[in-house]
Amino acid sequence: MNIFDVVGPVMIGPSSSHTAGAARLGLVARALLGSPPCRAEMTLYGSFAKTYQGHGTDKALIAGVLGLTPDDPRLRLAAQLARERGVEVILHTAQDSALHPNTVRIALADDGGHTVQMVGSSIGGGAIRVSAVNGIPVCLGCGQATLLVLHRDVPGAIATVTETVAANRQNIGGFRLSRQQKGRQAIMTIEMDGAVDPQLERQVAALPPVIQAILLQPV
Amino acid sequence: MEEWNGTALQPLLDAAQRQNRRVSALVLAQQAAEQEQPPQALCRQMEQRYAVMCRSVADGCAPNLKSTSGLTGGEAARLQAAVQAGRTLTGPVLSGALYRALAASGANAAMGRIVAAPTAGSCGILPAALLTMQAEHGCPGQACVEALFTAGAVGMVIAHRASLAGAQGGCQAECGSACAMAAAAIVELAGGTPRMIGDAVAIALKNMLGLVCDPVAGLVEIPCIKRNAAGVANAFVAAELALAGVGSAIPPDEVIDAMKQVGDAMPQSLKETACGGLAATPTGQALRRRVFGE
Repeated sequence: MNIFDVVGPVMIGPSSSHTAGAARLGLVARALLGSPPCRAEMTLYGSFAKTYQGHGTDKALIAGVLGLTPDDPRLRLAAQLARERGVEVILHTAQDSALHPNTVRIALADDGGHTVQMVGSSIGGGAIRVSAVNGIPVCLGCGQATLLVLHRDVPGAIATVTETVAANRQNIGGFRLSRQQKGRQAIMTIEMDGAVDPQLERQVAALPPVIQAILLQPV
Repeated sequence: MEEWNGTALQPLLDAAQRQNRRVSALVLAQQAAEQEQPPQALCRQMEQRYAVMCRSVADGCAPNLKSTSGLTGGEAARLQAAVQAGRTLTGPVLSGALYRALAASGANAAMGRIVAAPTAGSCGILPAALLTMQAEHGCPGQACVEALFTAGAVGMVIAHRASLAGAQGGCQAECGSACAMAAAAIVELAGGTPRMIGDAVAIALKNMLGLVCDPVAGLVEIPCIKRNAAGVANAFVAAELALAGVGSAIPPDEVIDAMKQVGDAMPQSLKETACGGLAATPTGQALRRRVFGE
């Protein structure tokens, strides 16, 4: 265990789950998009939906989407900052008792027509878990460098990707495969120890079965 | 000491006693080994955290401070003014600790920059304890930074054996843990032995056992801000007793286990759901409607 998880994180208040965790979820969504968004649509569920105003959850989510870290004092002014940057923000609240109480669905779009949709929850103390990306179930903790690989579900796909990871002398600490339907598309979630060279993303993206690769640095 | 794995406090205290070293020094060495970083790098990181803590106390003393909801604000300024005017019942150490705890906690409610220690809801207790030791007892800032490693070790053990989240263990897991962490730091700063640190942790946590998490409107304000003041007061109570040789009959790891049991037995309505306790009072409900306009 890291002592700075207990004496920390440094954050903008008032709540590690409703503010710091929300900002991190926004940051992950932005990283998944891979570019500055021009539109952000967010649906808050459970306790997020009920108490977001008092906790600044909306501001924190917008801040994250804009690329601000949970300790950035500009988090308070995130809505204004979004207007200045021409980012359209749409906020909804909804109920779904099947979801974790602090859950948000974020849909982002950029000027180039790229979009990403993510479902994530703030699970306590600022820790987060991303449970779906573009409708495919995943399980991302986002505390360590993670490679998300969208690929065609064909024999040898995992070996091809992990060989490339190994060639970069990168140790895999966690691996999960999720797919909607056999033979269609699947997502590999590969968690790695230590710092990861950003070029790994391009190398994996160039592999034959791979449709898209996203390297998420720890947030 | 690299074999200390953060699952119990007693082995750490015993090793410090045996090697005649400070607990903070052992924790620093263990963390440096585990994180594969030089100890100096970890010290620098901790210095930055202490600087943010100090800043949050200063920010929170602003007289015009208001929380985002409008429910709270300005508590620290009022108490600080009374302390500075000499109007204090309990003297500058305790009353100084009280206003500093209100300050960091008030800064948090106003969306200020704070260090979650261990949580945002309990972020006033540790800064108040350390800053008061620095201001009123002349402890060097560097010693306060080192004491944060001792405090952190206590928090890590509680996280492992019980929980630091109000939603899981009630307020005893948040303000109670912060209080135990602060008590350990105070004892180390005052030159107490590792055994006294263990006693202080046990006494501090015992005195917070059963404390529920019942925030009005679900916000980290009422009663959280004042419970930070109570938490740092209790940390000084525990440290004072332990330093005088008043031990704890129940050892710290067993008290932590008891806290876990009590937390598990607590009904959901008293674990951060804002459905019971103060949140469910007529005034608590009225305040909730005022904030959220229902």
